[in-house]
Amino acid sequence: MPQVRAWFYRLLGLLRKKQRDTEMAEEFQQHVDLLTERNIVAGMSAKEARNAALREFGGVEQIKETAREQRIWRWADEFFRDLRFGARMLLRNPGLSILIILCLTLGIGTNAAVLSWIEGILIRPYPLVPHQDRMFALIGTTRGVPGHNGLSYPDFLDLEKNSTLCEAFIVDRITGTTLSVGDRAERATVGIVSANYFDALGVKPILGRGFRPEEGTGRNAYPVAVISYRTWKDRYNFDPNIIGRAQYMNGVQHTIIGVAPERFHGTFIGYSFSFWVPTSMQETFDATGYKLEDRGARWIESYAFLKPGVSRQQAQAELNSISQRLENDFPDTNRGHENQLVPLWKTPFNGAGNMSSTLAITMAVVFLVLLIACANVSNLLLARSLLRRHEMTMRLALGAGRRRLVKQLITEGLLLSLIAAAGGTAVAYWCRNALVLAFPPPLPGTVIDYPGQIDWRVLAASAGICIASTLLFALVPAIRASDVDLSNALKAEAGGVLSGSSRSRLRSALVLVQVSLSFILLAGTGLLLQSLIKMQNASPGFNTNVVASVVDLFSAGYKVDRAKIFHTQLLDRVRTLPGVESAALTRVIPFSYNVFSSAPIEVDGYQPPPNEQPTVEYIEVTEDYFTTLGIPIVSGREFMRTDDENVPPLAIINETMAAKYWSGKNALGQRVKVKDKWMQIVGIAKNANYRTKIETPMPFFYVPLRQNFRVQNTLLIRTRETPGAMMNALAREVHALDANLAPLITDRLQDQIDEISYSQRLAVTLVAIFGAMALFLAAIGLYGVMSYTVSQGTREFGLRMALGAGAKDLLRLVMSRGLQLTGAGIVIGASAAVMLTRLMGNLLYKVSPRDPFAFGTAFVILFVVAFIACFLPALRATRIDPVKALRV
Amino acid sequence: MAKEKPDLVYGTLDMLILKALQHDPRHGLGIADRIHQMSKDILHVEQGSLYPALYRLEAQGLIKAEWGISDNNRKARYYKLTAAGRKQLAAEQEHWSRITKGIDLVLSGA
Repeated sequence: MPQVRAWFYRLLGLLRKKQRDTEMAEEFQQHVDLLTERNIVAGMSAKEARNAALREFGGVEQIKETAREQRIWRWADEFFRDLRFGARMLLRNPGLSILIILCLTLGIGTNAAVLSWIEGILIRPYPLVPHQDRMFALIGTTRGVPGHNGLSYPDFLDLEKNSTLCEAFIVDRITGTTLSVGDRAERATVGIVSANYFDALGVKPILGRGFRPEEGTGRNAYPVAVISYRTWKDRYNFDPNIIGRAQYMNGVQHTIIGVAPERFHGTFIGYSFSFWVPTSMQETFDATGYKLEDRGARWIESYAFLKPGVSRQQAQAELNSISQRLENDFPDTNRGHENQLVPLWKTPFNGAGNMSSTLAITMAVVFLVLLIACANVSNLLLARSLLRRHEMTMRLALGAGRRRLVKQLITEGLLLSLIAAAGGTAVAYWCRNALVLAFPPPLPGTVIDYPGQIDWRVLAASAGICIASTLLFALVPAIRASDVDLSNALKAEAGGVLSGSSRSRLRSALVLVQVSLSFILLAGTGLLLQSLIKMQNASPGFNTNVVASVVDLFSAGYKVDRAKIFHTQLLDRVRTLPGVESAALTRVIPFSYNVFSSAPIEVDGYQPPPNEQPTVEYIEVTEDYFTTLGIPIVSGREFMRTDDENVPPLAIINETMAAKYWSGKNALGQRVKVKDKWMQIVGIAKNANYRTKIETPMPFFYVPLRQNFRVQNTLLIRTRETPGAMMNALAREVHALDANLAPLITDRLQDQIDEISYSQRLAVTLVAIFGAMALFLAAIGLYGVMSYTVSQGTREFGLRMALGAGAKDLLRLVMSRGLQLTGAGIVIGASAAVMLTRLMGNLLYKVSPRDPFAFGTAFVILFVVAFIACFLPALRATRIDPVKALRV
Repeated sequence: MAKEKPDLVYGTLDMLILKALQHDPRHGLGIADRIHQMSKDILHVEQGSLYPALYRLEAQGLIKAEWGISDNNRKARYYKLTAAGRKQLAAEQEHWSRITKGIDLVLSGA
């Protein structure tokens, strides 16, 4: 306790420092006076008495110093003194200080914002779920087939029943419904979830309850729904009596039983859910039929929670053995089917999969920016250290200890970093929202919710990196000071501009690093931009200027027969509308999030490798589909209106499928077995893109919609009218057929494609922002170095001028030095970029990672910026007055 | 600390100061005199080095200082024991006598 007390006493002493010092001096004085008096009494002369007293007392100043340590906290005292002095030093060189703080602020701030953002999306995407570290995405895969599919409900139940290492499994299937808002139709996102969903996630509804275990099963037995906070707010106006209210969805009256907490948006990154319904209601929300008892229908997206202490490998091994057992028990449906645990950030079925490569690049870019910022700060601090060499030398000469100097410099470094860290926090806070603003807008109608919280650990880490680098380089003057030969250093201060001391080599190296890193970023930005432009201009293999619209018959409760009549009539009416060139129906449009149908196939004369089930995707389309989308039929014919249930099954395959399964033969007229139906191939269509423009060509086929009609279809219209005008005309026709219906989305396919290429556009936006920032920082660095060089070389320039050098010569001297550095940096950067840009492979579209145009542009931009950064200081060099310079 | 009190056993100065203040408040010189006198002139405290120790004890709350008037009518800073200081003195005295007894036994042993 006395120790703690003493600590506070000393802390208090900081505030009463002056008072305690005078008190101490007075006390010592008294003591010496008393001794002196005593000596006089003993018979000494006044002078003798005093000297003896002082001798007896000891060295007054030394004792004061030791004593002071007991009374005030010396370390802190010095710290505050250093702080005051440091602040004065910073203010003496405000330009330099501001540059340093600016660089650090940008480095810390952007890093923290982007990393938090990435962490929020990838590592901890569900802020309200307590055990995200034990949460894994669970997907189905088929041996020998790339890509993934879902789980079937019976499989899901078997996994749940047999797994001992997993705590819980949840179903999470994204779907939608159409709700009426006045006379408009509005799309709402619905999650079909297992009954344990909210319990397993640890998310407690703020009103009402989650689902009960029995509500998960029983065909359409439990029409209950939990609504999101946003839905409660927007649609129900915070109705306090919301629990028990009815909501019609897809023709079924649902009872609202709970309201989810405000920050819970569901477990599908990139989407915000409005409603959750239990798995028992699957059929009501899935236009493709009842699937709860179908082991072959793999529609479930799911997550698994491992028990504490269980590794993914252990759980995966257990899942493998369960999958193997299922494969043995149900060979018809489960042959080759496996289940995989995937880390959340690799979740393939939601926004994470789309974003992860983008975010990886962003992270790399931001890290480069941080490096550049650190290099910059180091450089500026080095410049400052040289400005202060005189001061350091002087202090050493006057007897200051090395430790004291180091302490002083660390304090100054801390001061800088603290200001920058505060600024960085502000920037991060601001960036959090601004970053999202910079993103390209998502498709209207979908709510995209990316978590934008600042993660304090991330902020601390970025600040830590910056502070470490600041302190490291803040110490340079102290290190240098020890090398200083005092007498020489005090005599001559200004060195030559171009002298190759180790100091200037270090500074040059830092500039090299900056320039080369900037070059990498610029080249990367160039590549991404070019590939985006190429991608935007590339044809997906079909006409994108086609209007697509949906009339949500499923939500309106239509059954197949009624839907068929409706769609046939609508198609006929639309085809006669003015401006319409052709129209067709399709079950799924290309480049949408909806999945194509997929089925195992058999082909005469094609022997699949063992253990592999050839599975091909297909869509159902009507006549005129190929005409409307402008996909050429290479041989054979397009579907006709008469291709309905009255004729034997037909199919049109694409070129890749023809080449893969009928290699060397003519596939036309051959047959293919899909599920258990043999279909005759009546046409071969040219390849088109189905999901993305960067996909590799895949086998694909088309079957007549009229042979297998579905409730929910998309109308494709090729028209000379604008989408808006088309929408109005279409709405009139739909209304004429059924007054209760309204068409939902009227968009060109091009818009859909833009939406799907979101991650590429996002990558370009982000890399462009950070590329610009890196360029800016590098320019500051170069400018700083050149300015400093010029200011240090004043004397030399003066001398050169006096000896007859003209302004042009000086300009050339300074510029050549700066541009030499830039050139070397570019060479290093270019060679590094050649190696690094290869890693961006999957984001590049038809652009070589060594694309000369991107590299050339980066070269030009960097060179121009470097030129300007060097020119300004060089200009200053020519304005030096030789008389003044030499007199200094 | 050792260099401040060459003729004192390390760590004993604090205890001696507390002891010197056991009955009366004293100023710095008074404390030095008192130690000198109590030790029958064996212990001689370097006067200046007294102060760091005094301030340390004051910071720890074992003694308390206030300005007063000395015998010869001079202003002086007087130190007196606090309750905590009295307790500390007792504890240290007890500790010290145990240690010295032990050392005596060792040194006088056969």
